[in-house]
Amino acid sequence: MSFKNIFGTRSWDDQKKSIYSKTSADVERALASKKRTSEDFKALLSPAAAGYLEQMAKLSHELSIKRFGKTIQLYAPLYLSNECNNICTYCGFSLGNKVKRKTLTDEEILQEAAYLKNQGFNHILLVTGEANHSVHAAYIRQAVDLLRAQFATISIEVQPLETAEYKTLHEAGAHSVLVYQETYHQEVYKQYHPKGKKSNFDYRLETPDRVGQAGIHKIGLGILLGLEDWRVDSLFCALHLEYLQKTYWQTRYSVSFPRMRPAEGIIAPNVIVTDRELVQLLCAYRIFQEDIELSISTRESEHLRNHIIPLGATSMSAGSRTNPGGYTVEPGSLEQFEICDDRSLEDISTLIKKAGYEPVYKDWDNRLSIC
Amino acid sequence: MLNIAGHLFSSRLFLGSGKYGSSQEMYESIIASGTEMVTVALKRIDTDAPADDLLDALKKANVRLWPNTSGVRNAKEAVFAAQLAREALETNWIKLEIHPDPRYLMPDPIETLKATEELAKMGFIVLPYIHADPVLCKRLEDAGTAAVMPLGSPIGSNKGLKTEDFLEIIIEQSKVPVIVDAGIGSPSHAAKAMEMGADAVLVNTAIASSKQSMEMAIAFKHAVTAGRIAYRAGLPGIRHAASATSPLTDFLNG
Repeated sequence: MSFKNIFGTRSWDDQKKSIYSKTSADVERALASKKRTSEDFKALLSPAAAGYLEQMAKLSHELSIKRFGKTIQLYAPLYLSNECNNICTYCGFSLGNKVKRKTLTDEEILQEAAYLKNQGFNHILLVTGEANHSVHAAYIRQAVDLLRAQFATISIEVQPLETAEYKTLHEAGAHSVLVYQETYHQEVYKQYHPKGKKSNFDYRLETPDRVGQAGIHKIGLGILLGLEDWRVDSLFCALHLEYLQKTYWQTRYSVSFPRMRPAEGIIAPNVIVTDRELVQLLCAYRIFQEDIELSISTRESEHLRNHIIPLGATSMSAGSRTNPGGYTVEPGSLEQFEICDDRSLEDISTLIKKAGYEPVYKDWDNRLSIC
Repeated sequence: MLNIAGHLFSSRLFLGSGKYGSSQEMYESIIASGTEMVTVALKRIDTDAPADDLLDALKKANVRLWPNTSGVRNAKEAVFAAQLAREALETNWIKLEIHPDPRYLMPDPIETLKATEELAKMGFIVLPYIHADPVLCKRLEDAGTAAVMPLGSPIGSNKGLKTEDFLEIIIEQSKVPVIVDAGIGSPSHAAKAMEMGADAVLVNTAIASSKQSMEMAIAFKHAVTAGRIAYRAGLPGIRHAASATSPLTDFLNG
């Protein structure tokens, strides 16, 4: 049993029809409801909810304060490698991009980490492409071993791995695993991922199950906004989340909303998701799931990030570089995408404080993960 | 005065330190509430940093620091967290929280009992967060707990004393102080718990998430005091209807 069994019972077209047929009455019912279902989530995602954005934002704000208080967690990505054997038509690391590749050595990893630690980061996210000959589970494990003592949490966003490999990483002190399906539209997925291991839709779809089985503390889900209809994709992502919550009930969950950004040699987005729609999506998730963490990265503009703090976000990155060695070792290496908000951690902390929120740098103790 | 493991407290209100918009706001609320003990999550404390905002504010408030194990999923992690906390904050007081369910943060009774046994043997003053389960409370007493901390309703829910009937049994049976921990969403909930005979209450979300947290802290302070005085004075029983005559027993007067 995995999410594939549930996924197989829902057709994309039926779900789409169901979302687009939601009415104002459905939205109002969803807003007033005590316990919300995926049908309510559909209503909140639907075009019918567009006129209720202010009400949704208010509710999202209240629910977030109740659960998380006036706090925003801060994290930074640490790109370890841009080597990749996949062709993903929207990604700067795509195999077809004939640009020199870089994988950090132990020493370089420590140098980049020291920079982030010095900035004040205590939560880091290790990111790689998918190159199994050099950036394999053992390489990632080595990186976690190197960094474990310095950071409160280490999250990883790497290629899908086997359960046993996740177990090893969990034991080494990896706290969270982020794995985004990109799109739940199976046929469209094939077009965006024509070559490499990532073209296997099912293997990716079942990855969060393997992460859950390995006992990892937190699983991050998401879709890439810009590939397909964001409403339908988000519904499938939420169904995935619901299934995982019931199955791996001791695991925490986070959801991110990456919008496609310009990068070397990539295609233009198929769908433009506006700021208004992104806010609708964020609020819909919060209203549907009061307890999940919602993350907004530096892909987003200063303008949006200046205002999104009270709307339901719980974590933000700052001062990010999306290339291996980007902070100090090799600032000119190939990046995954251009970030949009390039303000420093200090700037973002000030922004959070001005909004009446407390920036949280540390919310776990990694020594507990390996006791 | 409230006596927990030989330590006396004038205030029967305990506070949490999470969810505040700033350390300053937390500090002001703590002072306004008159509390003498504030719980702080070990996971939030940065012992490596030269200065820790949260810790500095708590120290300035001159209250007993009461580390908690929030975030751990089993007894093993909890025991380790308690040891780290003892080292970091130099206290053997521990608020034991083991909630493997990250959604409703329901406490795990089995792991909590196990951890209490171990920690008590190691010399910790253990105050475990638990469901309002009277039998578990007695088992925890046997295990050496310093108090029990049953929930009124799920953490952060502000729903009040949904477990009232079970809290009554716990209060009636307990040999250790009973501190109602979670779900207290308004001063009237706190007053109600105190009227019922709870020894103390712990409040976080209702104060920290309030638009005027300092004012709310003052409201809770008074509610807890009022509830306690009412309990000690003895509340009159509730009469559902006035009864001037006694038709059923009149015959006995003849």
